[in-house]
Amino acid sequence: MASEKAEMDSLKKECDGLRTQIEAARKAVNDGSMSSAAGSATDVGRVQLKLRKSLKGHLAKIYSMHWATDSRSMVSASQDGKLLVWDTFSGNKMVAVPLKSAWVMSVAFAPSGNLVASGGLDNMCTVYNIKSASPKTLRELDAHTGYLACCRFLSDTEILTASGDTTCCLWDLETGKQKIIFTNHIGDCMSLALSQDERTFVSGACDSLAKLWDLREGTCKQTFSGHTSDINAINFFPSGNAFITGSDDCSCKMYDLRSDQEVIGYQDTSLNAGVTSLALSNSGRLIFAGYDDFNCHIWDSMKGEKVGVLSGHDNRVSCTGVPGDGMGVCTGSWDSFLKLWN
Amino acid sequence: MTSNSNLSNMRRLVEQLKLEASVERIKVSQAAAELQQFCLQNAAKDALLVGVPTGSNPFREPRSCAVV
Repeated sequence: MASEKAEMDSLKKECDGLRTQIEAARKAVNDGSMSSAAGSATDVGRVQLKLRKSLKGHLAKIYSMHWATDSRSMVSASQDGKLLVWDTFSGNKMVAVPLKSAWVMSVAFAPSGNLVASGGLDNMCTVYNIKSASPKTLRELDAHTGYLACCRFLSDTEILTASGDTTCCLWDLETGKQKIIFTNHIGDCMSLALSQDERTFVSGACDSLAKLWDLREGTCKQTFSGHTSDINAINFFPSGNAFITGSDDCSCKMYDLRSDQEVIGYQDTSLNAGVTSLALSNSGRLIFAGYDDFNCHIWDSMKGEKVGVLSGHDNRVSCTGVPGDGMGVCTGSWDSFLKLWN
Repeated sequence: MTSNSNLSNMRRLVEQLKLEASVERIKVSQAAAELQQFCLQNAAKDALLVGVPTGSNPFREPRSCAVV
């Protein structure tokens, strides 16, 4: 017992030492700020986007939406127990997928456009083929011991999930089995984003930390701190070298992977609502962040200033997305509507 | 939780911290400059920044025209 206690004490000391070492290393490279680098960049001015369409169809709160790679189709999930696939050009509903469990929290479109996946309080991720005559359940991925908060397809054969059981998981859709389980968070995993080269992904969790993972090795490579509450949303900056997070602490932050730290924060004393979702414009210059205050606020990612707002929802904005071609923004809300802006 | 699992958790934590400590870090000024550069280089193609021409807006209702 005494030797165990001695080892525990020495390990704790080692941990503290390593943490101090990491902080010192981060400080050593912290030689400037984003805002000073941004000094020379031109202002974007006031960003005023117009509401182009209000998509009506869901009968209850919308929790999630995801664009297809064709930048035209989009899938939304509502606790009315349905997934709706929309043609955003016409505003028409193309497919309706009835869900076994209405408590959906996340939805995703496969890059091929053939499949969609959803999940929530049922702790499962269900994959549907929407190209068949009527939507067919392809797989029910059942192994998480907590709610499904987020899912993203790598292809028609692999999907990544983030769960309230504090783990993320890579699944093989051909066998329906878990391939790799990513453990390291100590709070519910709320959101994940895949890197463009699909070799890494970032996750945000209720432990207020964001983590970078090696997708194939299953290891956590870097941990980013700074938020003081749950991270609800996470997305890569288009260059792939940074990512943005949105949190219940009412702020968004940009972290750079190569300096291993936060490089700029986005917060305003007048904004007292949690961030639920976020999306970036194609150049990375604009951040569209959905808040509990019923608005989607637009931030200049380089200067850290609020440059616009998308107002129109009558309840919390729960999801935000920019299509691959960057032609617009979609916001989804608890008011049961999806809105398209550009 | 047994003391054994506490110990193994602690060992794992030390290994994880060692991994994270070994990351090679670049200066924030360099990282910031490169992020800026990316924004500037791609600004012209960013429809949400520069605007979408009325005629080719995929989300906008096409106006009907009468050919006289």
